[in-house]
Order: sequence, then C-alpha cells, then structure tokens
Amino acid sequence: MIREFAGADVVYLLLAARWTVALAIMAMLGGGLLGLVIAALRIVPFKPANWLAILYINLIQGTPLLGQLFIFFFGLPLIGIQVDAWTAAAISLSIYAAAFFGEIWRGALQSVSIRQWEAGASLGLTYGQRLFYVVLPQALRVAVAPTVGFLVQLIKNTSLTALIGFVELTRAGQIISGATFAPLRVYLVVAVVYFVICFSLSQMSRRLERKLHVAR
Amino acid sequence: MNYNFRFEILLRYQAEILQGVLLTLQLSVLTMVFGLIIGLGVAIAAGSPSKWLSVPARFYVETIRNTPLLVQLFIVFFGLPSLGLRLSADLAAVIALSINMGAYGAEILRAGFESVRRSQIEAGRSLGLTAAQTFRHVVLFQATKAIYPALASQFVLIMLATCVVSSIGVTELFHQAAFIDSRTYRSFEAYTLITLSYLILTLAFRALFSFIYWAVFVRRPAR
Amino acid sequence: MSLVELTQIRKSFGPVEVLKGVSLKVEKGEIVAIIGRSGSGKSTLLRCINGLEQVQAGRILVAGIDVTARNADLNALRERAGMVFQSYNLFPHLDVERNVTLALKLVKKLDREAAGKVARDVVTRVGLAEKLHAYPDELSGGQQQRVAIARSLAMQPALMLFDEITSALDPELVGEVLRVLEGVAKEGMTMMLVTHEMNFAKNVADRVIFMHEGRIHEDGPAREILQTPRTAELGSFLSAVLH
Ligand SMILES: Nc1ncnc2c1ncn2[C@@H]1O[C@H](COP(=O)(O)OP(=O)(O)OP(=O)(O)O)[C@@H](O)[C@H]1O
Ligand SMILES: [Mg+2]
Repeated sequence: MIREFAGADVVYLLLAARWTVALAIMAMLGGGLLGLVIAALRIVPFKPANWLAILYINLIQGTPLLGQLFIFFFGLPLIGIQVDAWTAAAISLSIYAAAFFGEIWRGALQSVSIRQWEAGASLGLTYGQRLFYVVLPQALRVAVAPTVGFLVQLIKNTSLTALIGFVELTRAGQIISGATFAPLRVYLVVAVVYFVICFSLSQMSRRLERKLHVAR
Repeated sequence: MNYNFRFEILLRYQAEILQGVLLTLQLSVLTMVFGLIIGLGVAIAAGSPSKWLSVPARFYVETIRNTPLLVQLFIVFFGLPSLGLRLSADLAAVIALSINMGAYGAEILRAGFESVRRSQIEAGRSLGLTAAQTFRHVVLFQATKAIYPALASQFVLIMLATCVVSSIGVTELFHQAAFIDSRTYRSFEAYTLITLSYLILTLAFRALFSFIYWAVFVRRPAR
Repeated sequence: MSLVELTQIRKSFGPVEVLKGVSLKVEKGEIVAIIGRSGSGKSTLLRCINGLEQVQAGRILVAGIDVTARNADLNALRERAGMVFQSYNLFPHLDVERNVTLALKLVKKLDREAAGKVARDVVTRVGLAEKLHAYPDELSGGQQQRVAIARSLAMQPALMLFDEITSALDPELVGEVLRVLEGVAKEGMTMMLVTHEMNFAKNVADRVIFMHEGRIHEDGPAREILQTPRTAELGSFLSAVLH
C-alpha cells in the first residue's frame, strides 16, 4: 500500500527521534560512569591497570561501532541474556562512549600541570584535597567542551542501531520511505532533525570552549 | 552456557574476507583522495573574503558534520534516484563517503595552514621568494607535518566508517560478515571475526603511519 | 641618489595612524640605528621599506626601486634589501646549509654547488662552520640568529634591515650576535637597525634616529644624539633605557 508522504509521517519521525535522544542519553550515562572508571584506570600509578584501560580503548576505537553492535546483539543471548535491540544498542553504545569519555577526561586531567599538584602539596593539602580543590576544577573546564562535542558523535552514531533493527530516527525513516516511496523527502527530513539536535550541541560546545578559555 | 563456539568453520571463507578487505581499502583510499580534493576547495572557499564562496562552504561543512553518515548515504543511494540519478551501490558509497570526508578534510587542512606562522611566510618573502615559492618550499612541508597526524587518524576513522556502506549492498569487508552468517548461521562468530579483522587493519595502519611520520618528518638524513 | 629615500610616508592600521609622515635618506655604507619607545613605529618603518607593509601615502625608493609603485617588483627589492627578524624565523624543516641555499637557488638561480659554496662562506663568517648541517632546533638562540644573518648576507643585499635582533636572546648570547653585526658593519654594508642596545648604537652606528609617536623626532650623528639629546622626549627615553 503506497501513500503520500504527509504531515503525519513527519510527526512519526519526530516521535522516533525521541528514541534517538533516549539512546544517546542512556549511552551518555552508562558510558559516563564506565568512562570515569577507564580514565581512572588509565592514570593510576599501577601499570597493569593502565594496560587494561589502553587495551579497552584500542579495542573499542580500533573496531567499527557497527561491528560492536552486532556482536552484542548476537552475543548476549549466547551467554543467556535475552536482549531486544534497545538493550543491545544501549549496552553497546555505552561501552563505545566509555572509551571516548575515558580518553577525553584523562587528557583533561593530565592537562593540569604537575606544578599545580606540587603547588597544592606545598600548601600542605592532602592528596584528596589537591585532587578535589586544585586539579578537578581545572580539569573540568578543559573537559566540558570536548565532552559536549562527543555527544554530537554519539547522537549521529545512534543511527547505526537502525541496522540491528532498533526503531529510532533513521530506522523510522527507512520504514516511512518504504511505505511512501518518497525516500528523498523522507531522508531529508530525517537529516534536518539530526541537524537541529547536533548543530545545537555543536554550537553549545563551541560557546563553552570560548567561554571557559577566556575565563582562564 | 552450552553454546559451542565454532570459529573454525569460518576459515573456509578466507577468499571472501580477503576480497572484502581489498574493497574496504579501495573505498578508504578513494574516499581519502576525493575527500581531500573537496576539502581543499572548501577550505579555500571558506577562508575567502567573498561571502558567495564562504557562506556556502561553511554551510556544507556544518551540514555534513552535524548529520549521520548513514543518512547521507541513504540520501545519495535511495534519494537521488527520485531526481533521475540512479547510482550503483559502489558509486553511491564513494560519493557519500567523499562528500562526508570533504567536510572533515576542509577543517584539517584549514588548521594545518593556520598552524604555519605568518612570520615564516614573511621570512620567505623577505628573502625574495615569490608567493608560490614560499608556499611550495616553506609552508607546504610545515603544514603537511602539522596535519599528518590528523590525516592518519582520519584514514583509520574512514576505514572503520566504510562498514556502513554494507547496508546498501556494497560487498566490502563488513558485508562479508552477513554473507558468512547467511551460509553458516553462525552470526556471533561471523561478526566477531570480521570486527576483529578491522582491529588488525587499524593496528597495522597505525604502525605504518607512525613509521612514515618518523621516516619523513623526524628522521634527519645524516650527511 | 641615496640608497634609501623615504618621502612623507604615512601608514595606518585601521583607524590608527602609526607612521605620520616620515621622510628620511640613507646613503650607501651608512649605519643607522633606530631607537624609540615601544609602539613608536620602528618595526613598521622597516617593514614598509621591505614592502612587507603597504603605505597609504608617500614614496619609498630603495636602490632605485619604487617600493610604493603599484606594480613594484617586490621580489627584486627583497633581493637587494635583506631583513633579519627578532624571532629569527629560520625554516625549521631545513638544516643550516639549506636555510641559506634555498633563496640562492630559487631567487639567484645558483646551482647546488655554487649555492653550497656561498653558504659555507657566510656560515663561516658568522662563526658557525661546524654547524652547517645542524637543524634550527639544535641551535641556541644566538646561533640561530647568526644563521639568520648569514642567510640574509648570502643574498649579497645592498641594504640590510635588522629589527631588534637581540631582544629575544638571553643576555649572555647578545654579545656574540652583536660581534657578528659589527663585522658586517666593518665590511661596508649599509644597515638600518632597530635596537635597544645603546652602547652598540653609540659605538657602531654612524647615525641615530629617534622615533616618537610615528615621527622622526631626532636624527643626527650617533654620539652627538646619544650624549646630548636636544629634546625632552629623547632625554627621558634615554634615561629610562639606561637606568
Ligand atoms: N599588523 C598590525 N595591525 C594592527 N596594528 C599594528 C600592526 N602592527 C603594528 N601595529 C601597531 O602599530 C604601532 C607601532 O608598532 P611597531 O611594531 O612599529 O612599534 P615598535 O616601535 O616596533 O615597537 P616595539 O619596540 O614594541 O617593537 C603599535 O601601536 C602597534 O600596536
Ligand atoms: Mg618592533
């Protein structure tokens, strides 16, 4: 049954975009928590922990996200966890995001120079005090803009979950496109929706970068 | 857990995997080359004082960078035929990937040229070198050195990104996972094997690129 | 005809006028030190002479070339007027020899061998013969600046412009660069140099020009100008730099 691409279809796409955003938020939270662990493993003065983090990062950043998605989608059931596309996507994207967050945050922490640690120590602050009052506030400033910038990548990458059948914005586009035979218009609308979300985040990242840079 | 992992039956598909690797590399190299050509034009246009050039160039960069590659690919492959432009999957893949890379290439090139300090150009000019000679002998090498690391990691990113074109039927490396899956019903093993093949490619290229960097930019010929 | 002739040159950056009508003649073989407060327009003056900046009004003649003409042959000009910068500006990707030979080959069209010979010669003159194949980042600031001088000398210019070439150097490295400059001066090179080294100006320069707010405020024989300033501005400038 072929019909015209109509206003109702745009609404359907917009509703599907909620799943894109929800997935990105899941990955941000899950990936954020795991990313903290990775960043910590990466900088603690214990070599095997560093190696573990490096291995993790290389494994994730050295393989296609699409492959990771399929591995979780087909692999989790094998170890007895029945998953739907949503769960596989959320887990996989979290694990993916963690590698990037870990690297961004490690870089931010290490950008605070060793002299700041020494200055803290010379004032008699404990390790914890130095970390929380001297180093973290400075690292946070450095980290904010690239973190928001990575969210743009994350939103865009949620589109890959369409290929394991999760109905988010891109998959919704495929469905409507099949029903209306108006692929050009459908995918242009899909692109516009992504653009609005991603461009806002990009601009936010740029503004933050400028603001936090000037304020130094 | 009582699943029998049967990776060994995948060994029969070496020829398919090799063919997939070759196509993936071909796609990556073509994308890199066309993308940089587009990127160079866009970088020059974006920096131009004429609004007629700079505004469209910036629009292009922002549009591409803020939408998913997969959607760009669908627009080219499924969308363009409604304008009467029917492309083969391979051609659509190269076009979409190159357009995508063009936006990133423009940014990388712009940063590279900006990284060469003005004073270097002045030093060249004040020795009597023409603008073209200064570009060729003073700016180019330094700019290339500055952008090389970004280009190298961009190549790996492209190589990993090319796997989305399997979704329109291009028989590159990732597509072989679906093929093997369809023959063996060993989905997990097939996708794991193919995904890890990308890891090998990534590591190999990273090593190759670091070596080239060392050989070209770091090593100083003994005389 | 003088080697350098400036007539009423004016130069602005946006709304700010930096050179407000500067006229000046420099004869062949003269050594002119240009002094003045920061922002008084000294660098801008040298950069205009070299065609790195374009003036809004006035005329600049260097070795018979009209720098201000619309179709001025700036490359021919720069072949005759060498310039050395405060920040050396050596090409980081080329070793000392190739820093020197690059323009010899491209501009003077010397072949490899002839260019190499000139390079060895000038690099020896600045006392760095053993560093011929070192890269800029393997040299101290003073050594880099001497290479920059050699690179400019190699082009056998009629005029050399030096912009505060010792200001970026550690104090203990200033001497070696000034000695090289002195050597170049003794060989009869026409030189215009912006400097804060008053002793050097007094001992080596024939003539001192004091710039103040975009104008030439005083101009005369080096010793006379520096020992008995005629204007209050120069007096206060000198007491500020000497103490
Ligand atoms: N490219 C430029 N754009 C805008 N303003 C400039 C530029 N170059 C110089 N100026 C301004 O012109 C004025 C004169 O600068 P100039 O560099 O000639 O001073 P100077 O006498 O060499 O000072 P210093 O001793 O600090 O080197 C300054 O106020 C400076 O800010
Ligand atoms: Mg100056």
